[in-house]
Amino acid sequence: MNLQSSANEPAIELVGIDKKFGAVHANKNINLSVGKGSIHGIIGENGAGKSTLMSILYGFYHADEGEIRIQGRPVSIRDSQAAIAAGIGMVHQHFMLVENFTVLENVMLGAEGGQLLAKGVAGARKELKRLETDYGLEVDPDALIEELPVGRQQRVEILKALYRGADILILDEPTGVLTPAEADHLFRILQVLRDQGKTIILITHKLREIMAITDTVSVMRRGEMVATRKTAETTVAELAELMVGRRVLLRVEKQEAKPGPVLLSVKNLIVKDGRGVTMVDDVSFDVRAGEIVGIAGVAGNGQSELLEALAGIRKPVSGEIFIDGKPVEAADPALLRQLGLAHIPEDRHHMGLVLKFEEYENSILGYHHDPRYGRGAMLDLDAIRRQAEEQIAKYDIRPPNAQLKTANFSGGNQQKIVVAREIERDPKMLLIGQPTRGVDIGAIEFIHRRIIEMRDTGKAVLLVSVELDEIRSLSDRILVMFAGKIVGEKPSDADEQTLGLMMAGIAA
Amino acid sequence: MEYFDTFVSILGSAIRLSIPLLFTALAGLFSERAGIFDIGLEGKMLASAFAAACAAYWTGNAWAGLGAGIMVAIIFSLLHGFASITNRGNQIVSGVALNFIAAGLTIVLGTAWFNQGGRTGQVPPEGRFSGIVLPGAEMMRDVPIIGPLYANVISGNNILTYIAFLMVPLSWWVLYRTRFGLRLRAVGENPGAVDTAGVSVVWLRYRALIVTGFLAGFAGTYLSIAQSAAFINNMSAGKGYIALAALIFAKWKPVPVMFACLLFGFLDAFANFMQGKSLPMIGEVPVQIFQALPYILTCILLAGFIGVARPPKAGGVAYTKER
Ligand SMILES: Nc1ncnc2c1ncn2[C@@H]1O[C@H](COP(=O)(O)OP(=O)(O)OP(=O)(O)O)[C@@H](O)[C@H]1O
Ligand SMILES: [Mg+2]
Repeated sequence: MNLQSSANEPAIELVGIDKKFGAVHANKNINLSVGKGSIHGIIGENGAGKSTLMSILYGFYHADEGEIRIQGRPVSIRDSQAAIAAGIGMVHQHFMLVENFTVLENVMLGAEGGQLLAKGVAGARKELKRLETDYGLEVDPDALIEELPVGRQQRVEILKALYRGADILILDEPTGVLTPAEADHLFRILQVLRDQGKTIILITHKLREIMAITDTVSVMRRGEMVATRKTAETTVAELAELMVGRRVLLRVEKQEAKPGPVLLSVKNLIVKDGRGVTMVDDVSFDVRAGEIVGIAGVAGNGQSELLEALAGIRKPVSGEIFIDGKPVEAADPALLRQLGLAHIPEDRHHMGLVLKFEEYENSILGYHHDPRYGRGAMLDLDAIRRQAEEQIAKYDIRPPNAQLKTANFSGGNQQKIVVAREIERDPKMLLIGQPTRGVDIGAIEFIHRRIIEMRDTGKAVLLVSVELDEIRSLSDRILVMFAGKIVGEKPSDADEQTLGLMMAGIAA
Repeated sequence: MEYFDTFVSILGSAIRLSIPLLFTALAGLFSERAGIFDIGLEGKMLASAFAAACAAYWTGNAWAGLGAGIMVAIIFSLLHGFASITNRGNQIVSGVALNFIAAGLTIVLGTAWFNQGGRTGQVPPEGRFSGIVLPGAEMMRDVPIIGPLYANVISGNNILTYIAFLMVPLSWWVLYRTRFGLRLRAVGENPGAVDTAGVSVVWLRYRALIVTGFLAGFAGTYLSIAQSAAFINNMSAGKGYIALAALIFAKWKPVPVMFACLLFGFLDAFANFMQGKSLPMIGEVPVQIFQALPYILTCILLAGFIGVARPPKAGGVAYTKER
């Protein structure tokens, strides 16, 4: 299928790209052509092979077979240096920045312009200035990366690519970590870049973004390129169906909630972060059995710390937490789990999983004392594997192999491992942070359905998410958090505008 | 005046004792800033001390000794690189193994070649680095305060001492003012950033280890043919570990490394001076206390009492593209 994605001549052509990781066939005979000066979207389920394909194009992995043509000429991309020389730049899903370097040092790294730094610095400053005025990419060249917010860090990644003279820019899930405002800003930048003749490949799970900004879009499924469409001639529903291979409900249906007694109660909670800054400021609320309470807010307004305090990971400065009416004395995750509290942490890499463990080992993380998994000091590996395999089947975790190292699952499948572990424990209360970050729409539908089932069987669910759509479609009540305080409560049918203003701290 | 003379003599010996630490700590600085932990500094120092003594004994030329010392230290560095960069082995295990190899090999070869229970033959004076009297040292000697300091502390050291102090600004310059230094610091923090910038992580780390071997070679050479006149069994005596402590104490920065080494050298000299002497009121202080002080100070630092020591982020982990 060699559908030309634009009327222009192609900037990139991939012909018959094939890649296997051991038994996993990540890319199967992929053909793709991207027109010069266009924005081309790539969508696909978790593990479909999008990141792998782009890493091959950027010389990070080697294709087993296939040819890459850039501006019509076949090129051999052995390493990233060859990719850079061919005019390709990439913004990786996880940023590739040196955190204790300045912006300038990061931009210069690998393109210093001579053995001595002094020579290159003046030129680099000038070039940064030019890129800033041409594309509206402003950052302070002397700022340290670790002190910049993620949106700015991403801008540095784009600057790095442009500084090296990239004509083709690949962005792998760039909006996953951005606030809506930052994402809008990014898209404006991308449009300017396209208008100046750059070619852009954008990987995302958010179909709304595809519709808003791309010219053409390709769909991958299980390692294959299954379709390419002009964005103007397709719809969200069609794309979703192409991705998953069946019709998807973009918004799960749910019945009216039937709230029962209060299971989780928080009174005057104050929590500080590691630097001693008050992140949760005198917060009180209740969560009842059989309801989902959503906490909306722009990232960094205290939601993370609130969730950590409730999960027993962070000790609150003051305030009280009641479970089933009884006060919780100590910040002790094990104790809380015994009381029936499950926790899906916001960041699966830092808290939810041990990436070096095999899947089945992660499937009992934190529950290893459970008598089902062994007696005394010994683990019953057979029982654990059997159960892990059941979860893999039920949650459609791919590849279906309980003995695969967790790091080798794609992001969305890793998330499913965490969700399966916590939900299948049948807890009384569930704390959920960013349940669908980096997860494809098929899996989102599935996870959302499971969360609503939990509610309908009488669990108390507290949901924290920076995705307003997610909060609105799942929650029965929405609490809006801003600067550590809960600034108001709205029903689930509150309109986006009102919530958006509250999240920005403008209206209550 | 008598106190002052004592002080000057302790200071002089502090300088002499801190030189091997300084070379070794700077050596460790290059590999650790590139993300390769090097517990094998001790072994490199020992092996190069042995090689330097052998070469100097046979050729009667100190510079040949230095060349041999550097060569052997670089070979040890490359072995460490082969295990921990190419084969992605554990850096601590590889370093410890090299320490054992150095300790064993020097004894075996030394006994086989010289038959003096692990000692090498006595290196003749031409084969050693001896003190250089700086111009005016004799004339200055009678000037109060400055005179003795100049004549006994600053002047009269061997050439390696002056080279050691030159290496401090030079290391700083390489690290912070050259392309190599920028990439080296980057690869110790986030090798992924270096790789995606189109620079080879493997080759960069190997080059860092070659610099490490080069500097460690000076340290070993200093021990056997500048500070003494032969190789003696296990003559590094834990200096590689103290240098590592100094490196941590100095938070992996060249100029603080110099001060840390001077401090630890001073403690060592002071311990020697106190040997067998008793203090008024307290009595005799066990020298072990002074010998342990570098480690104790480093522990206090690591516990967060003197600022935070943040090691290079990617230190100790082999770089792989796979997740
Ligand atoms: N380095 C690797 N080693 C082994 N398997 C890998 C490796 N990289 C990717 N895979 C596997 O290849 C398949 C494709 O992964 P890839 O990361 O390309 O998916 P993706 O489409 O980017 O998914 P996501 O949307 O979750 O980011 C997955 O099954 C994954 O587990
Ligand atoms: Mg991906």
